[in-house]
Amino acid sequence: MSTKKEVAVRRVRTWLPGLLLVSPSIVLIAVFVYGMIGWNFQLAMSDKHKPIHDGEFVGFANFVALWSEARWLNAVGNAVIFTAVFVGGALVMGWLLGLLLDKGVRGEAALRTIYLAPMAISFIATGLVWRWLMNPAPIERATGLNALFANLGLDFLVNDWWTSPDFGMVAMALPAVWQLSGYIMALFLAGFRGISDDLREAARVDGCSEWQVYTKVVIPQLRPVVLSAVIILGHMSLKVFDLIIAVAGKQIITDVPAIFMFDMVFEVRDPAKGATIAAYMLMAVAAVVIPYLIWTIRKERSEGR
Amino acid sequence: MAATTTSPVPAPRTAAPGRYASAAKFTVLLVIAVVFLMPMYMLLVTSFKPFSEATADQAWLLPRTWTLDNWVSVWDRLSPALWNSVRLVVPSSIIAAVLGSLNGYVLAKWRFPYADLVFTLFLFGMFIPYQAVMIPLQQMLVSADLMGGLFPLVLAHIVYGIPICTLIFRNFYAAIPDGIVEASRVDGAGILRTYVSIILPVSAPAFAVTLIWQITSAWNDFLFAVFLTGPDSWPVTVQLNNIAGSGSAAVPYNEQMAGALLASLPTLVIYLVLGRYFMRGLMAGALKG
Repeated sequence: MSTKKEVAVRRVRTWLPGLLLVSPSIVLIAVFVYGMIGWNFQLAMSDKHKPIHDGEFVGFANFVALWSEARWLNAVGNAVIFTAVFVGGALVMGWLLGLLLDKGVRGEAALRTIYLAPMAISFIATGLVWRWLMNPAPIERATGLNALFANLGLDFLVNDWWTSPDFGMVAMALPAVWQLSGYIMALFLAGFRGISDDLREAARVDGCSEWQVYTKVVIPQLRPVVLSAVIILGHMSLKVFDLIIAVAGKQIITDVPAIFMFDMVFEVRDPAKGATIAAYMLMAVAAVVIPYLIWTIRKERSEGR
Repeated sequence: MAATTTSPVPAPRTAAPGRYASAAKFTVLLVIAVVFLMPMYMLLVTSFKPFSEATADQAWLLPRTWTLDNWVSVWDRLSPALWNSVRLVVPSSIIAAVLGSLNGYVLAKWRFPYADLVFTLFLFGMFIPYQAVMIPLQQMLVSADLMGGLFPLVLAHIVYGIPICTLIFRNFYAAIPDGIVEASRVDGAGILRTYVSIILPVSAPAFAVTLIWQITSAWNDFLFAVFLTGPDSWPVTVQLNNIAGSGSAAVPYNEQMAGALLASLPTLVIYLVLGRYFMRGLMAGALKG
């Protein structure tokens, strides 16, 4: 009896100090992440449509109502287009750069530094340049890239950029691709270099062509890299805010949920609606990230850490 | 098996196309590098141009008369905000890094029941859209009378920086052999003594990585800043956005470009000098190296 108790006490003694040491952070995360998320859901399920209201519980009424609003549908549509172009573009660009750099090139370090540099700068600062580069002024008064295209005789490339009703969000994704491609390149480069040369050599010895080596050996091994790249890009893209503010300001044509939410807080002052939009954003990110986190932790455990 | 018989034949054949291929490869990389540098070039040249040259037809040309006027005038407008950014970034990155180090140490070496669950719940905090906490956070700070000044922003960067800092340190400490920590435990050293005498002395690289990550993300943050600070404590990103807007604070665009560069200089310099650590932080941010 007593020995069993002693063992239990000793076991608690080994982990209790650790738990105590982490507890300040546990409390902070519990309150500021999960507590606030809970509070936000509570707001989203209330009719607190003015800051001074108390807010009665209304269930999912706000969640349903949003879908009959043109601005919300527009914002969601824009976010989808932006996500498709941004994730696809950065993935392809990052993969291409990683592939080209993989075998070692003269000046590799300098090139890598250039490709990655945008990651060190805020979207506000880069957005400012891109606003100017993507200035939609007509050809007579063209500035930025339009002026460059016109001077090079590439008039057919002159376009409305983010002000185009059809392709505005595509243009808006370009600066984001520019900003994140270097990061994705770095992920791919690490992935490529993690594949041992022996493995590739073995495939060659077995009579595989270079293309087969690539499709049969390299690509399957890169799946985790592609997955993390998609998660990183995807969750950033669902939250996009700074970049659009810096390039376009708050325009309906490039509206996204994050800007809609911002307006609900600062212009319209409707906490319940702002919280509802935020809740949708959270759910979209959670749907992407939670399976990934579980997969990562499981994989790590099965690798015996 | 086939390699021994065929290797002498294809070797010379691949040499020539190999050279063309690598030249082509290098050209493509160079072209992309030029495209990548274009916005930087634009920032740089425009920031040294007088207003008379900041016109559409001369936009891509080098300045004919170089001037520092833009930098001087934008310094006047941005320096209070730059100072706010410094006062915000220093405490929030140091405190988050210290908390991250302690958490990482425990989660790697002094695991308690459900440590994996706690860690996963921490990590989720790294990915959430901060909009989902913003309205309650604002309300809480207002009702606790803590709004105003830089405190709300410092708090936010500490709290929401904990997940990534914990992750970086945990992965770093996982590489330290358990035996060393075990031995110290057997010698009777407690959790803190072991941390101070064994773990902390080897933690410098991980601190470099986390501090750089935290400094960069707090410096470049815009979202928390617009929600949680007022005009007196706006950091540089908010002020930069204001002077570039169409409001009364707007300035000519040659000054805007100088402002954008000025606001980016600290993180750019860190990146150029300590790029290796910056990279490692990015890799940790993707969970998988």
